[in-house]
Amino acid sequence: MEPALIFDLVLLLILIGLAWLLLASTDLFRAVVLFIAFGLLLALAWVRLGAPDVALAEAAIGAGITGALLLVGLGRLGSTERCRFSRAPLTFLQRLSAPVLVGVMIPSISLILLLEVHQLAGTTPGRQGLINAFLDVSGSGHGVTAVLLNFRAWDTLLEKGVLLLALITIWSLDQARPLFHQEDISPQLMGLARLLLPLVIVVAGFVLWQGDQAPGGAFQSGALLSAGILLAILVGYSLPQRWQGLSLRLLLAIGFGVFLLIAAATLLYSGYPLQYPEHLAGSLILLIELVATASIAALLAAAVVGGHPPDDLSTPAAKAPSTSGRR
Amino acid sequence: MLLSDLITTLLLICSLPFFLAGTLGLLRFPDLYCRLHALTKADNLGLGLVVLALMIQADSWQVVIRLLLTWLLVLVAGATVAHLIARKAQQDGHQPWRR
Repeated sequence: MEPALIFDLVLLLILIGLAWLLLASTDLFRAVVLFIAFGLLLALAWVRLGAPDVALAEAAIGAGITGALLLVGLGRLGSTERCRFSRAPLTFLQRLSAPVLVGVMIPSISLILLLEVHQLAGTTPGRQGLINAFLDVSGSGHGVTAVLLNFRAWDTLLEKGVLLLALITIWSLDQARPLFHQEDISPQLMGLARLLLPLVIVVAGFVLWQGDQAPGGAFQSGALLSAGILLAILVGYSLPQRWQGLSLRLLLAIGFGVFLLIAAATLLYSGYPLQYPEHLAGSLILLIELVATASIAALLAAAVVGGHPPDDLSTPAAKAPSTSGRR
Repeated sequence: MLLSDLITTLLLICSLPFFLAGTLGLLRFPDLYCRLHALTKADNLGLGLVVLALMIQADSWQVVIRLLLTWLLVLVAGATVAHLIARKAQQDGHQPWRR
């Protein structure tokens, strides 16, 4: 057996084992930690499948930001609510359900998959040929970026809208509360933040720019930036009060807004939404990616902070220092 | 076999005991502080050896610098995270283990 195949099999088994452990865990903190580990290993699986774009997004958003979101949520729960189940004795049917599910579903799904895999050719090129044929006119040098921001830009537009909608929902639920006690910041964490923050900004810019030629782009770059913002919040930075009003809301909405404007403009110009004129395609994609990065970073960080900025001026808010993440 | 391959293999083999020791320490040491100590110290050195082994195989100096930077970042982040965990544990009143 090839070594690579053994590695893949071990990775697969660990993934399934981790998924089982995290679903079966009664301790929610344990479940969250296992979820983050699962996300990182899943990113490795995407790398093995030859999809570094997805791997980057999975590691940054699936493991990183979602993990932070879950941890913050867990911190807000009281200690009594953390234990997921009360230990009531199971009924007979409940006892029976798990073995039946495992005993029937897993063999049948495995059988179907095996039959399907048997019919597949070794590797299929998929739509790669078609994409490469039109890469010249797409305004991007990287197939994934071309698909996301030109050929299927409609999907990406709606994706941005969903993110914005999610934050509006979060904001309508509650007012943001400070994540931690301000006086309790470790000097070593402060040092790390001073070292990492400039680096995170540079790397985010690099990842965004690289999206034109190689795996990277707005989502990955935005996730990195939002991680930087969260680190800054952890060491006590906060968004000045005067920027928490309209400026913050503009920043959150500008990614979706600019994308929508471009869709409207192209609809008027060429009759189809998001069909860019060929000579402008590159610039339009860059513009969309730039504003999208800013919005995604702010949206993700604001989602972790949770809740709208406080209305009354006396309470200090632990909000994102969006400006530090965007210079 | 090329000399560079030989050195890489040697370095990789040398890194194994460190990872093994770190993992053993994580599993067997008596309290949180000792386990943190085992993890961060041994694994960092093991990772250093792996990075060194990969540097020898790198095609260009850009890759060498990226690998070095990766290792340094892991060192800094690992040290800080270990410190934060230990600090929180101390604040929560975890007593260090005594014989």
